[in-house]
Amino acid sequence: MSIIKLLDEFTSEKLVTKSTSRREMFGTLGSFGKKAALAAIPFGMAAGSKANAAAMFQDNGGPISSLNLALTLEYLEAAFYRRALDSGVLEGGSREETVFMQLFKHEDQHVNFLVENLGDDAVESPEFDFTAGGAFDPFNENGIGQMDAMAQMLALAQAFEDTGVRAYKGQAANLMGTPFLEPALRIHSVEARHASEIRRIRGLKGWIVRDQRGEGMPEATQPVYNGEENVIQGGVDVSSISSGLVGNATDAATEAFDEILTGDEAVAIASLFIVSND
Amino acid sequence: MKKPIVKMEVVESTSKNKNSKSRRRFIKMSGLAIAGSGVLLACDTDDVFDPGGETPVPEPEPEPEPDPDPEEPTAFDLGSGDVGILNYALALEQLEAAFYTAVREGDYYAGASDEEQQVIDDLYNHEVIHRDFLRAAILEAVGGDESQVLPELEFNLDSVDLSSRDSVLQTAMALEDTGVGAYNGAGDRLESATYLTIAGKIVSVEARHASAIRSLLNPDSADFAGDDIIDENGLDIEYDPAEVFEIAGPFIETEFTANELPEPNTGS
Repeated sequence: MSIIKLLDEFTSEKLVTKSTSRREMFGTLGSFGKKAALAAIPFGMAAGSKANAAAMFQDNGGPISSLNLALTLEYLEAAFYRRALDSGVLEGGSREETVFMQLFKHEDQHVNFLVENLGDDAVESPEFDFTAGGAFDPFNENGIGQMDAMAQMLALAQAFEDTGVRAYKGQAANLMGTPFLEPALRIHSVEARHASEIRRIRGLKGWIVRDQRGEGMPEATQPVYNGEENVIQGGVDVSSISSGLVGNATDAATEAFDEILTGDEAVAIASLFIVSND
Repeated sequence: MKKPIVKMEVVESTSKNKNSKSRRRFIKMSGLAIAGSGVLLACDTDDVFDPGGETPVPEPEPEPEPDPDPEEPTAFDLGSGDVGILNYALALEQLEAAFYTAVREGDYYAGASDEEQQVIDDLYNHEVIHRDFLRAAILEAVGGDESQVLPELEFNLDSVDLSSRDSVLQTAMALEDTGVGAYNGAGDRLESATYLTIAGKIVSVEARHASAIRSLLNPDSADFAGDDIIDENGLDIEYDPAEVFEIAGPFIETEFTANELPEPNTGS
C-alpha cells in the first residue's frame, strides 16, 4: 500500500540521524498534510523488523512518535464511533447504543488529552474510510441493511479495540522515564475494558483465545490477532507452570496474557481504513 | 505461619501527581494506623518524588518500629527495585487466585449460569497462571534465592458470602479494578522494559476481567468502563501501593512489609 511507501521515505537515514531535531522531523512531516499522521509511527518500526520491541524503542523510537501513533488510533476510533452513532444503525436505548456512547466519549477524551499534551507536535487526523474501499458497509450507507451493518459495526469495533490494547502495550517501553507512561497505561486499560465488552456483546469471551479472531470476524481482521497464541512470557512457558487449571491449559495461558503489536503492525491495520492521497 | 492481624501504618506518600485524587486521599491517610491489615507499609524516604507543589505537606518521619518481641521472626519485605514491584504484583495475584479458588467451592458458583461459571473458571485460570508466572519470574530475577520471593500468603475471605452472587461479583469487581489500578500505578516504578511490557500484558487482561464482571453485574449499562473509575480525560484508575494495601489489606492475614518499593520515574 501507499502507506508503506510513505513510511519508507521517513526511515531514510537523513531523517533518523541524530542531528535532525524532533521539531525538524515533524516540520518535514507536516508538509505531507493528511498523510503526516500515518508517518508518525516510531521511525525504528517502519523497517518491519520483528526484533524485540523494547530494545528497538530504546534505539530508535521516541515518545512523541509513540504518542502520535496512539493519537492516530484514537482519531480512528473516535471517528468510527461518532459515525456509528449518527448512522441510525443502532437502535435507540439498546445495549449497543449505550456501549457505543461510552466508547465514543472515552475515545474523544483520549484524542483531546493527547492533542493537548502533544501541543504543536500533535499530528492531524487522517481521513477515514470505514468501508475499507468498499469491503464493508458498517453504517448502512450502501444498502447492506441494518442487521448486516450492525454486525459489521460490532466486528470492526472489536478489531479496533483489540488493536488499541495491543498497540498501546507495544509503545509502553518507549514512554519509560516520561510523564506519559502512566496516562498511556491508563488509556491502555480503558481500551481493554472496551474490548472485553464489545467481544461479550458479540458472544465471545472478553479475552482473546490463542490467535482466534472469533466467530463472525472478517478474515481481514486476522492481523489483529496474529501472535496472540504466544505462551512464552519472559522465557517462561506459562502453559505448563500451573496445576489444577480448568479446561485447556494452552487456551488459558494465551488468554491470560495479551500480546503487543509493533508500531508498523498497528499502522498496517489502521491503514486499511485511512484514505491516502497520492 | 498464620499470624494475628496487625495494623497497617501508612507512613510515606509515593504519589506522583499532586493534584490527583490519590494524592489527596493519601495525605488524608498519612499517619493513620488502620486496623485490619497484615501489611506494614513504609516507602523509601530518600527519593520521594516531589512535583514541586505549592502547598508542601509536612511528611511525617517514618519512625522505626520498636521490636516488641525480638524472638518473632522478621516479616517478609517485598524488596526494592523491580523485584519489589514484582513481589507486590505477586501478592495481588495470590489474593485473586485464592479468591476464585474459594468462589469455585462455594454455593453461588455451584448454582451459577453456564456463562457465569465460564467467566469464573477463566478468571481463576488466569490469576493462577499470573501468580505462578510472577513467582517464576521473581525467582529467576533473584538467581533462585527463595528467600526473596514472597511466600504463600494466608488470606481471610470471611467477609465474602460465597453463596451470594452479589457478594462474590462485587468482591470480584473490587479485586479486578484494584489490580488494574495497581498495575497502572506501578508501571512507571519499573526499571526494566521487559517487565514493563509483561506487566502490560497482564494488566489489560485484568481490565478485560473487570469489564466482564461489571457487565455481569449491570449488563445494559456503561458500567464496564463506568464513570466511577474512568476520569474526565478517559483515563482508568491508578493506585499507589498504599491505596492498594488499604483495599486489599483486610483480606491479607500474613504479615509482610513494603519498606523499599521504588518511586515512580517520570523523568522530571
